[in-house]
Amino acid sequence: MIAVENLSVSFGSDAKRRQVVKNVNFSIARGETLGIVGESGCGKSTVLRSLAGLDRHWTGDIRLDGKPVDRERSLEHLKLAQMVFQDPYGSIHPRHRIERVLAEPVRAMKIGDGWDRVAAALEQVGLPASFAERFPHELSGGQRQRVAIARALMLEPQILLLDEPTSALDVSVQAEVLNLLSDLREERGLTYLLVSHDLSVIAHMCDRVLVMKEGEFVDELSSEDLASGTTHHPYSTTLFEASYI
Amino acid sequence: MSIATSAGKQNKASLVLSRTGRGLKGALSKLSREPVGLFGFIVLAILVIVAIFAPLLAPYSATAQNLSNTLQPPSWQHLAGTDEFGRDILSRLIYGTRITIQTVMAVTLIVGPVGMLVGIIAGFVGGRTDAILMRFTDIVLSFPSLILALAFAAALGAGLETAIVAISLTGWPPIARLARAETLIVRNTDYVAAARLYGASPMRLLFLYIAPMCIPSVVVRLTLNMAGIILTAAALGFLGLGAQPPAPEWGAMISSGRQFMLDSWWVAVMPGLAILLTSLAFNLVGDALRDILDPRHARS
Amino acid sequence: MPAPETILSVRDLAVRFGRSGVRAVDGVSFDLGAERLGIVGESGSGKSTLGRAIMRLLPPAANVEASQLDFDGAPLLTRPEREMRSLRGNRMALIMQDPRYSLNPVLTVGKQVSEAALLHQRISKKDATAKAAEMLARVRISDVERVMGLYPHQISGGMGQRVMIAMMLLARPRLVVADEPTSALDVSVRGDVLKLLDELVRENNSGLMLISHDIRMVAAFCQRILVMYKGRVVETLTRLEDAQHPYTRGLVAAMPDPRRPVRRLQTLDRSAIDSLEARS
Repeated sequence: MIAVENLSVSFGSDAKRRQVVKNVNFSIARGETLGIVGESGCGKSTVLRSLAGLDRHWTGDIRLDGKPVDRERSLEHLKLAQMVFQDPYGSIHPRHRIERVLAEPVRAMKIGDGWDRVAAALEQVGLPASFAERFPHELSGGQRQRVAIARALMLEPQILLLDEPTSALDVSVQAEVLNLLSDLREERGLTYLLVSHDLSVIAHMCDRVLVMKEGEFVDELSSEDLASGTTHHPYSTTLFEASYI
Repeated sequence: MSIATSAGKQNKASLVLSRTGRGLKGALSKLSREPVGLFGFIVLAILVIVAIFAPLLAPYSATAQNLSNTLQPPSWQHLAGTDEFGRDILSRLIYGTRITIQTVMAVTLIVGPVGMLVGIIAGFVGGRTDAILMRFTDIVLSFPSLILALAFAAALGAGLETAIVAISLTGWPPIARLARAETLIVRNTDYVAAARLYGASPMRLLFLYIAPMCIPSVVVRLTLNMAGIILTAAALGFLGLGAQPPAPEWGAMISSGRQFMLDSWWVAVMPGLAILLTSLAFNLVGDALRDILDPRHARS
Repeated sequence: MPAPETILSVRDLAVRFGRSGVRAVDGVSFDLGAERLGIVGESGSGKSTLGRAIMRLLPPAANVEASQLDFDGAPLLTRPEREMRSLRGNRMALIMQDPRYSLNPVLTVGKQVSEAALLHQRISKKDATAKAAEMLARVRISDVERVMGLYPHQISGGMGQRVMIAMMLLARPRLVVADEPTSALDVSVRGDVLKLLDELVRENNSGLMLISHDIRMVAAFCQRILVMYKGRVVETLTRLEDAQHPYTRGLVAAMPDPRRPVRRLQTLDRSAIDSLEARS
């Protein structure tokens, strides 16, 4: 579903040029969930934003659903993958009502009116239809993240790119949102790429985990590795131990 | 089918109406907790009513001269006295509100959209467009506004329209800067990133996503600017470059009253009070609006 | 095992905000000796408000009441603000979530730490700088000379938190309130920061209140845990395994655990907890 070859991302120019992602390769099968774990500044979010089409400083080869995509995405390619952001307070326009938030993707793509799909979209993320009337500040963090997930699904993408989707939420709310993501994956056969610093969230959600450090993947762990605590690189061992102090 | 959609539309319309009502109610309840701002709003409301009903409210004509009745001090007959041509000053002030409101509205309607458009385009597009637009803004900003207005008024000929154009020409740069600063913040938010991901066109981003976030601070700034507009307009009138006599422009009235200042203070002081009160009201309203519209600056 | 001497004694502490009368903290009582006490709860549980109420750092709109709030045997609530200010710098310390906001952005790290040294000890400027360097080395900052010349925005979060701890080491506070001291930090440095905090409170024989949403981290680090829900303490624990209250158990179950993979995570049944709380 996703194939990435020789992906490099650099910011700045000449002397100040800094390579954030160094020649990484990975692929994700249809319906699979891949996790990327690493600490702040390791380049994991940059990988995600390059895949989404938000960062345009990348070189290499990205294929979504078998189709090679450009730095400048066409509308057709945008529909393949949508993203859920970390901060539910910053990712929804504060002056748009929820119904507009949800209708906008459809309207912006000019593939329909959008308003008629709002109720169904709210229902599938477990929110009452009456929320359509509300403004984002009238919702809790978890409810907002549900709206953000519903919005990402409005264009019926095959791939969801999840950037720390629960790190701004309380644990009990995190559990609800993670369950929702699992259910949606099952219902729609979605492919997830989940980026997080929290190994336990990654381990819960993912079939396979890549450990990222300073722009490179240093380790790959299967779900069996995670359950048994097996690691193949000292850095992953550090991360593992740090998660259970 | 058509019935259903029209019913739907009606529903939508009543929904919008009830929402606006709720929004207004919220704003009013916030305003009631700001007595000073409320005072400003009341003064402005009175001003607008006076401007609309000027012919009904004014006891005398604003321009009819009565040379047997010149320079009368304030009395029950002439509450604000009469000027050197025997015209009732109160009536002239009442008609003058029309000129003042007209100037303020015209300038604001020109300056607001122009400044905002320049600002959000500069901030959103960035790069060379930003550099060119903002340097141009800087150039206009570096002129003292009154002097530039003077030059324009002198070049285009004196008159109220010229004054409006002249004040507008110098009035938009601060708005543009403000809108640009807001745009730079909004441009990098996640909700704009999300909108890019679902293919929102640049126009859509500008007008549906970025502009609504800039409007509150621009409105506040415009309201605070109104006081300055009144003062500039009065200054131009005072210098003889604004509305021409016998139009009852407040600044021009002060200017003509200046000669009699020592013996007949009311001729200059009454319009002066009108200017003071009006610009004060605009400032108070601007401050109150900032608290209501812009929670970042709210007093705790 | 109760601590031999009580540093902080709290009885029936309640905090109300404004005229609404909503209690952010409601009837909280506990004693703190020279020990590590964890305060756990989700956002809105009142745990941060509790910490701030003890430090008397809440805005004037907050109404703090308690039948007893004693620090070192003397009541806190009746003290004038002037006394509180000197108390806060010396005898009690607050560590906040993000060191980037609690350090002064326009002063270098070295200057801030030596300022703190000057404030607490009557020594010359030169001695204060030496003292600051010693303290920074003490919190295991490797390149002290270089770090002292840096501004807060130039250092990482973990280093910033160490600098905060170094500044507190100087004052030797009796009570340390740490409000989410590690949640802005990368996982691999969290352990180090907690270890340093622990050393600090042990060395000075002071009491630590660790406020956090992370129940596992608190359970691993603290001797005693107060679990807060909607402003009340629902349970006091020494071991997480002993948890009885459905809220505590729900919190633990809601956390994913790689060693015990589940298909779906358990979620909190809030209405059940609320009705249980209403009965008690």
